[in-house]
Amino acid sequence: MATSKAFNATKADKIFDICNMVIMAMILIVTLYPFLNVLAISLNDSTDTVRGGIYIWPREFTWENYKTIFSYTGLIQGFKISILRTLTGTILGLISSSMLAYTLSRQDFQSRKFISTFLALTMYVSGGLVPTYMLMRHLELIGTFWIYVLPGIVSAFNVFVIRSFIDGLPYALQESATLDGANDFTIYYKIILPLCKPVLATIALFLAVGQWNSWFDTYLYNGNKPHLTTLQFELMKILQSTNQGANMINANDMANQMAQVSPESIKMAITIVVTLPILFVYPFLQRYFVSGMTLGAVKA
Amino acid sequence: MKTLSAQADTRNVSVTPDPSKKRKKGFWRTVVRQKYLYMMSLPFVIWLFVFNYLPIWGWTMAFQNYKPSKPFFDQKWVGFKNFVDLFQDERFYLVLRNTLAMSVMGLIAGFIIPIAFAIFLNELRGKYFKRTVQTVSYLPHFVSWVVVAGIITKMLSRDGGIVNELLLALHIIDEPIQFMAQGKWFWGIVTVSDVWKETGWNAIIYLAAIAGIDGELYEAAKVDGAGRFRQMWNITLPGIRTTIAVLLIMSIGHLIGIGFEKQFQLSNSLVTDYSEVLDMYALNYGINIGRFSYGTAISMFTSVVSIILLLTANGIMKKTTKESIM
Repeated sequence: MATSKAFNATKADKIFDICNMVIMAMILIVTLYPFLNVLAISLNDSTDTVRGGIYIWPREFTWENYKTIFSYTGLIQGFKISILRTLTGTILGLISSSMLAYTLSRQDFQSRKFISTFLALTMYVSGGLVPTYMLMRHLELIGTFWIYVLPGIVSAFNVFVIRSFIDGLPYALQESATLDGANDFTIYYKIILPLCKPVLATIALFLAVGQWNSWFDTYLYNGNKPHLTTLQFELMKILQSTNQGANMINANDMANQMAQVSPESIKMAITIVVTLPILFVYPFLQRYFVSGMTLGAVKA
Repeated sequence: MKTLSAQADTRNVSVTPDPSKKRKKGFWRTVVRQKYLYMMSLPFVIWLFVFNYLPIWGWTMAFQNYKPSKPFFDQKWVGFKNFVDLFQDERFYLVLRNTLAMSVMGLIAGFIIPIAFAIFLNELRGKYFKRTVQTVSYLPHFVSWVVVAGIITKMLSRDGGIVNELLLALHIIDEPIQFMAQGKWFWGIVTVSDVWKETGWNAIIYLAAIAGIDGELYEAAKVDGAGRFRQMWNITLPGIRTTIAVLLIMSIGHLIGIGFEKQFQLSNSLVTDYSEVLDMYALNYGINIGRFSYGTAISMFTSVVSIILLLTANGIMKKTTKESIM
């Protein structure tokens, strides 16, 4: 559409463009401001923050808040578990979904249709919260690290995204490999996997973000296991204690709550620490996930 | 447009060996010949069975007076007693109201806004500005609900929250509003938070669909004197109709099983009458106090209603727009 701009820009068109620019700029600000605000508060002296009026720039710059939170052992512990589950979950998820996707991409595979349907149904039907909880109890996964990783290893969405990517690869490559005597596993490992790098990057990002951000499994299954809590869960505990403090109406309780409430700046510093890894990889990986989303959801 | 599950069946089948030849060899001979394919897929089929299908078997608990210590055959069967209890509990109707209210609000806002955003973003002049807006817009999607709830609470806070400060500065209100402590605001807060977090991400699919529209259509419309709104209405919207239909069916299927992450993170003890949704109810009355059978009845109710909604939406769409996901 930009090509016609030069000779076809009417007055109404110009007004429309300007309004559109203004609206989009406002959306930009509304999206970014909260993050900048949190960052500014986290870098501001914690007693000074109480005065209010910090917007996107710290008034009394300090690293103290970050030093304080890193002396808190629960946070270091949470960091370790979060990194561990992100790595394990991503690697296992990649292996399983790519393998399954390859077998489903093979038109001659005998059970392809059955497995496809079996897998697709899981996207629409689920047992629900309580039966899943009971299953985990029976499998004795509660109170272990593996409960973070094992249940989500095969995800229908990820498998189908990878499969549509494999479908787009030329089949001749596999054929010639078969003629050279390669078995199906060798084809998967030596030919398909290297070619799938872009889509695997996308899926890796989805898996890693999901693992890093999840908190509910920690809350439900491992909330009373201090050595297994994750970073999100630690953040949640700190934020929630403060929320309740702020909402207490009873004055006696108020004083009680205030004693254990973390100062605003400390809370914001933890928020930044929890969010930073994602903000850090985000610009590098964003072209991958856009293509992955499109690949998975729309086949025009 | 094909959806995920349908794709396998529509690919060209030229690579398949002659089917009559294959059939003669027999089932087991094919299994042996494709042993590597089976080795690479069967473990995950078992996996899916355990983690996705066994919980459905767990629905039997809803018809028992389930005691975790006893084996399956020693459980006492009670018929529909748990469901009768459930439908007689006043709390259940409150929770159902909250679930439906928030999911309908979320469906409407979360459906219209991303489409509008995608269409207007597509009209934006200036390549770099457009790309910047898009990149920034899906940033919140990658942040956890724990963090988003923290941010929202901060923005809406009574002392020093930007929303209250803006409203005060514009003289819309005279004193700060306690957003997080009043139940009447809760549904709105959840909806707005969701829009803030997911609009950019949900717009990706629409933007991809818009990119697939033939540019000549716009040129022709311009020659005919169609303005920008006319073009959006008559070309862009019909061009992404299929995408819209499929996503609408999917979100109707999730209407009742909306999840509870945002409600859980944004709620506090003062607003539970407005924040408690079905899954939280199952959590509180099923797991936390050990009434597993009752909790299962809640979960089963949620799942079954979801499936019915999905099938209904799919059927209506199939009749009216010829689009469906199955």
